Amino acid sequence: MNTIWALAKVVVLEMVRRKDFYVLFILTVLLTATAGSVNLFNDRSIVRYLKEICLLLIWASGLVIAITCTARQIPAERESRTIFPLLAKPVTRGQFLLGKFLGCWVATGLAVALFYLFFGLVSASRDHEWPVLNYLQAAWLHWMMLGIVVAFTLLGSIIFAAPSSNGTICFVSAAGILLLSRHLNKVALSLAEPLQSLLYAFYFALPHLELFDARDLVIHGAELIRWDMIALATLYAASYTAFFLFAAWLVFRRRPLN
Amino acid sequence: MHTALPLALALAVALATGGRLLLWQQSRAHDTGSVFALLLGESRRAFASQVFLKADAYFHRGFYTSVFDLALPEGKTHLAKAAESHDHHNHTQQQHPNRDWIETFGRNFYPSEHRHIERLGEAREILPWLRLAAELDPHRVDTYTVAAYWLRERLNKVNEAEAFLREGLRANPDSYEILGELGRLYAENHRDVPRARAVFDLAIVKWLRQEASKPNPDELAYAQILGQLAALEESTGNLDRALAHFTRLKRVSPAPDTVQKRIDELKAKLGRPL
Repeated sequence: MNTIWALAKVVVLEMVRRKDFYVLFILTVLLTATAGSVNLFNDRSIVRYLKEICLLLIWASGLVIAITCTARQIPAERESRTIFPLLAKPVTRGQFLLGKFLGCWVATGLAVALFYLFFGLVSASRDHEWPVLNYLQAAWLHWMMLGIVVAFTLLGSIIFAAPSSNGTICFVSAAGILLLSRHLNKVALSLAEPLQSLLYAFYFALPHLELFDARDLVIHGAELIRWDMIALATLYAASYTAFFLFAAWLVFRRRPLN
Repeated sequence: MHTALPLALALAVALATGGRLLLWQQSRAHDTGSVFALLLGESRRAFASQVFLKADAYFHRGFYTSVFDLALPEGKTHLAKAAESHDHHNHTQQQHPNRDWIETFGRNFYPSEHRHIERLGEAREILPWLRLAAELDPHRVDTYTVAAYWLRERLNKVNEAEAFLREGLRANPDSYEILGELGRLYAENHRDVPRARAVFDLAIVKWLRQEASKPNPDELAYAQILGQLAALEESTGNLDRALAHFTRLKRVSPAPDTVQKRIDELKAKLGRPL
């Protein structure tokens, strides 16, 4: 475990040193501030549109950070040839993958926490309410979802040659799942067999990232999500994360490093 | 054939088409001043519909049926219907039974109950989307009428409603719907009877000019304008004018019997035979 944690710490420190997060955070702040400064029928208490824009930016930034941070991990180690001394220490390939995953996931979690803190401040400045538990639930679900994305991207970084192609494929896949997978079953039901069964099977096999999107509940001030549902969602995310990590290990363990 | 001929022909066609397009563009209302027009061009109108639907989703506290679910048969959003007639549609009608466990589970993480905004002042939350819809498509008339209704009726922002309607009228000078809503604002909020009457009269003229000759005219809008005008005349004691408007209203009203009762009452007041 110490080995995994040591590897993860390096990844977190690397992300702290890089400018990606800072740029995205400043962009989110600037765009939210611009949206907040618009005069809408002389009413300064309108807040939900601002929450919506801020959360949209947070979700986009979260995906970008998770995917770009993860996609470059293994290719960078290969390119700089630091992967050889690392695996000769001895660090097993499984530990190496787990360390990289944990580092990316924790780094993404830190970014998500800061983003949601900013969101809470924006919301409180207009709404004069502080539903901390609702925000915690939304941030937790968001982080769990990013866990699946990180594991998926890690698998992609072993399969695809370049980090750019892997990043693009992962970003398009994640965005596609978020936007469309909720409706795939409805589309499937309107098709004839055997397409219906095929699409339905695809619908069940997909990791439903949209399940973790509680933005609308936060925006419209809904009640807390039941905690047993949060636990189930966490279990769902953990299952898919474990599946992608296992698949990554299966591919990585026999792959030549140079 | 000489190779220059097809080139010359293509150039002539291009110049002629370009000239026609330029004339067509100049003949259209000028709404190219906004940032959205500059960035998105004509495609912004497609986004305007989505933004208007967003306002409807806010009216339902985040709940809205997607394009993959059933659309409203009348082709109108609940928000617009509520603004038109205080719509109280069936709240169970749109609830679909869950198709599988993922859908059942997923309903815990997004607004899945059909509810309307309830708290006083909560209606203000739909306004940014209506404002944006108007920016994206200034020729979408219901954006102005719906926003004006919520500003006027629920938020008591009469001046803002008037300003927004006037902005809509500048972009759509022939809109009888906007004129009808503006007349209502003058009659109900400003109590400015002469101005309300003038605006309603203008709305009727515009309606007759645009809709009367159509095979399926927008009779509901006409009936609403006539009803408002007739009620205005009745309240100010101009019973003859009110009677004339109610008589016209009876021809297009979906409830002619109710209108006939009003006509009979007015005739009785005027001492005329029924």
